[in-house]
Amino acid sequence: MDKKIGVYICKGCEIGESLKIEALEKIAVSQYKASVCKSHETLCGKEGLALIKQDISEGVNAVVIAACSQRVKTEVFQFGPDVLLNRVNLREQVAWCHKPNDEDTQMLAEDTMRMGIVRIQKMDYVVPYQLEGMVKNILVVGGGLTGMTAALETSRTGYDVILVERENTLGGWVKKQTKLCPTQSPYEAIEDSGMIEALMREIDQASNVKVYTSATIEKISGAPGLFDVTIKQNGNSVSERAGAVINAAGAVPYDAGKLGHLGYGTSKNIVTREQLEELAAGGKINKPSDGKTAESVVFILCAGSRDKNHLPYCSSICCMESLKQAKYIRTQNPEAKVYIIYKDMRTPGLYENFYKAVQQDDGIFFTKGEVTAVNGNDAAVTVEVKNTLLGENIKIEADLVVLATGMVPATALGEAIKIVVEDEKDKKENQPPAPTDIIIRSNILNLDYRQGPELPPLKYGFPDSHFVCFPYETRRTGIYAAGAVRSPIDLASTMEDAAGAALKAIQCVEMASRGEAVHPRAGDRSYPDFFMQRCTQCKRCTEECPFGTINEDEKCNPLPNLSRCRRCGICMGSCPERIISFKDYSVDMIGSMIKNIEVPEDYEEKPRILILACENDAYPAIDMAGMNRLTYTPYARIIPLRCVGSTNMVWIADALSKGIDGVLLLACKHGDDYQCHMVKGSELASYRMGKIKETLDRLKLESDRIRFELVAHSDFNKIPNIIDSFMETIDKVGPNPYKGM
Amino acid sequence: MSDNKSILVVGGGMSGITAAVEAAEIGCDVYLVEKNPTLGGRVAQNNQYFPKLCPPSCGLEINFRRIKDNPRIHYFTLAEVESIAGQEGAYEVKIKVNPRYVNENCTACGDCAKACSTEIPNEINYGMDTIKGAYLPFSFAFPSRYVISPQIIGTPDAQKCKDACKYNAVDLDMKPEIVDLKVGAIVWATGWQPFDAGKVEYYGFGKHKNVINNVMMERIASVNGPTKGKIVRPSDGKEIASIAFVQCAGSRDENFLPFCSSVCCLASLKHSRYVREQYPDAHIYIFYIDIRALGKFEDFYTEVAKDQKVSFIKGKVAEITEDPATGALTVTAEDQLSGKLSKETVDMVVLATGMVPATAQTKIPADVSYEENGFVLWDQKKRGIYGAGCVRKPMDVAAAVQDATAATLKAIQSTVRR
Repeated sequence: MDKKIGVYICKGCEIGESLKIEALEKIAVSQYKASVCKSHETLCGKEGLALIKQDISEGVNAVVIAACSQRVKTEVFQFGPDVLLNRVNLREQVAWCHKPNDEDTQMLAEDTMRMGIVRIQKMDYVVPYQLEGMVKNILVVGGGLTGMTAALETSRTGYDVILVERENTLGGWVKKQTKLCPTQSPYEAIEDSGMIEALMREIDQASNVKVYTSATIEKISGAPGLFDVTIKQNGNSVSERAGAVINAAGAVPYDAGKLGHLGYGTSKNIVTREQLEELAAGGKINKPSDGKTAESVVFILCAGSRDKNHLPYCSSICCMESLKQAKYIRTQNPEAKVYIIYKDMRTPGLYENFYKAVQQDDGIFFTKGEVTAVNGNDAAVTVEVKNTLLGENIKIEADLVVLATGMVPATALGEAIKIVVEDEKDKKENQPPAPTDIIIRSNILNLDYRQGPELPPLKYGFPDSHFVCFPYETRRTGIYAAGAVRSPIDLASTMEDAAGAALKAIQCVEMASRGEAVHPRAGDRSYPDFFMQRCTQCKRCTEECPFGTINEDEKCNPLPNLSRCRRCGICMGSCPERIISFKDYSVDMIGSMIKNIEVPEDYEEKPRILILACENDAYPAIDMAGMNRLTYTPYARIIPLRCVGSTNMVWIADALSKGIDGVLLLACKHGDDYQCHMVKGSELASYRMGKIKETLDRLKLESDRIRFELVAHSDFNKIPNIIDSFMETIDKVGPNPYKGM
Repeated sequence: MSDNKSILVVGGGMSGITAAVEAAEIGCDVYLVEKNPTLGGRVAQNNQYFPKLCPPSCGLEINFRRIKDNPRIHYFTLAEVESIAGQEGAYEVKIKVNPRYVNENCTACGDCAKACSTEIPNEINYGMDTIKGAYLPFSFAFPSRYVISPQIIGTPDAQKCKDACKYNAVDLDMKPEIVDLKVGAIVWATGWQPFDAGKVEYYGFGKHKNVINNVMMERIASVNGPTKGKIVRPSDGKEIASIAFVQCAGSRDENFLPFCSSVCCLASLKHSRYVREQYPDAHIYIFYIDIRALGKFEDFYTEVAKDQKVSFIKGKVAEITEDPATGALTVTAEDQLSGKLSKETVDMVVLATGMVPATAQTKIPADVSYEENGFVLWDQKKRGIYGAGCVRKPMDVAAAVQDATAATLKAIQSTVRR
């Protein structure tokens, strides 16, 4: 389609008072040959919009709005899918933060216009991909409480389910519990396990849930909408296709064999939480050594949890589970004395009601303290505790000791492997290797992915989301972790988590069916296109995609899976041959924007710096600096990026060869507490900039010309200092020698 | 426009926003109703989230973009549900939209605020400072539209605002409007209120100036808060040398809130990090019953506990007294680990006040079940209206998002069941 560009400049909100609008119009018409260029006092008002819509009806199909930030008036400036749109920020980032009617402010506005028009020139109409053979059913791996709930919630919403369970029956860990901790208001009493049987019955009756027991996943290949699943059952392989996957593989108890310091293994009467459950299932809870009644029972909480030598985290349920088991003992033997040794009683929220109810029992004694020794044999066991309340050290003679062992996610069990093999060339040049993920071969999903067979774990083997706001964020699109593989979790929360994961899985197939990206660029219909003729099989894109989108063939050619793609553009940044582009976002587009900045030859008065800013965090922070009327150097030119990780090194070269004196990247925090919503974008950009600095040194260009700064969304007040201090550095370094060449 | 396949979400905080975007991205039409002038709810007033210490506005930016980009989401601010009739799959709802006195012409240029001379108590900062009678609640507010407080309507200031607006956006004659909607299911996510710590008389909240609560601490630590992010004593604006956090201020107490509010331990641990960042030498005291840092949050607790100048004292605080001459506070508690009376004199006290569900005060105008504290129950026999987030039980932000996602699925099921 021929592009007919209309450029519309708003004069409202101080733009008209601070800038020479005719000069901006001239740029659009004379320099960039826009078909139409108009200005208006209030472009977002009825009249202004009518003006634009009239032109659209007369053939304008690409609209540049030079007005306020792209973050505001979004609903107003929408002209449908057939009209390309770009916003040029003359308000928050020009008129509101720079001197009005000033030569430098005007030059900034003109460059901003140039970049905005070039951007739309380089933009193309997005046609969403369509998946052939796509399905909308959901595969649930794991048939415990999480998996059963996820399956049923999916089924109740009207989607088909494939449920795969390793054991010969559904139910998992929870089915092995004689009774359950309270799951509903008033959270005061132990519940029978009827809820589990009801779930199993409903699954049995659901016509749209297909259950495989004694079955494991041999392989999952493909992408959302198109997952090809090989299920191994009784030695046979069965093929299924699924739209999305829920990993509900659950947790196992921490290995009590490692709890020798708590006496495990020295006496038959020292048991784990799970073993006590088995004793309870058998009827009466007696001493395993001689079958006699246990009159004195000690529960040791945090057995292996909250312990830097074992599980550093809290296993969340052991306090509640121990309260439940204490009640087992007291119910069957009202004469028994139960001692609960704890660090902190953790019964959050309404579970406090259960704690209070158990505290009413005068045969249960709570002692905060540290267990220093558990000594004994099958005849007698002594538990020694120090630092108890009131500072005493105590000894308890116990008939039975229960270790409240914590939980380890099934995803933590297996060999840890590194996905990216260090580059030989990097090694030779003494370059640090690219940041890489560790994958644990837990034999749950067995993904046929370039980046390894399982979900990348976050910490302690939990493939959890790192985002407070987005707990269902996943590093493998369309594959959601739920329940105890995500974090140590109680029963009620497990069921909520399973329902939430079911929604996300359904949402993913629906969005894939429309060719849309899922979170965080939800709804984006663009997708990466690979110009394969120029590919050098360097593997950077296949290794660096944070979401494992791209597979490889035997010759190391990239094989993109579009419905796995999150549209961050990190692959585009990684590619040295620049063969990856989106219809509305490309290396050429940003490069052309940079090349269209007018760089005066005379540095003394007019230095130039380029700012590449994350559009979700740094860019809004810059906007808010403007809204708060903070000022900074007018020599900076700002380009918002989908993710700073999409920065291609060639843009830096483009900027420097153009004579721009410095490049500042404003990215999100990386490292342990990373805030980058593309997970690794900021980290990868930082890594790449580290490499380019050495190249600059070799070219006798000062590495100080490139700076990488971390900016959070709330950092608007720091923006002037960040930009101005970079400007000061550039002043010290002096003009770019390539200026004017 | 609305029909039995669409979903009403009440409350535009973290849970409500989540419910709205999750449902809309599946393909449902969603009506989101928020009583305040902007979306974002309580998280928008927070400085940082635990354990990452990242700003809530970052996630809100993404969620606001999801709302802006999605034509399936229709939102109303300054709006309340008046009535609900019907049943699962076919509700008729009346929404009352209160006047903002600013229409869609607003460009958020700020000229009205410049013209307005009246200052009103700033509710966002819990009344710790004032704001103009015409205001934009936050720089990152969504919708990015000014609001004129009803407190200045009828005064000459209101007319000044109108006269100052170049865009004909100020409409002082705006009246409440009623909107009728048909929806198939309802997600109720009206959130929580901080427990009124003034009820615990012996803590002196509201009497001693330097005793504040934990939500006020969030504002004080925020760059866009009343002190521009500097943690200082409210009484005289002085820097602090010591601070005490009083856990379970009203929670886990039969006389006030019998339940545990789930987040206050982590919130105070987080606040101790705020203090440490600004005051490398300040003494920090945390009075607690149990430190409840579940799951991987334990790491955050472990980190704070490494700080030599953070003292954890196990004991419920019995009394907080003020030296009227200096404003200094003395916190008294029985230290259960030593058996001795602990008395610490500090510059400032933060009460870790708990969560009261909004539904304790304002019930859903329909047949819905509650537990004794006013938390909404998912009652199998009463399907169609689902509580989400902190109206269901006390929970942290990530849990609220999870819970809202789950509630949304249940709501969708209610629209497909019939």
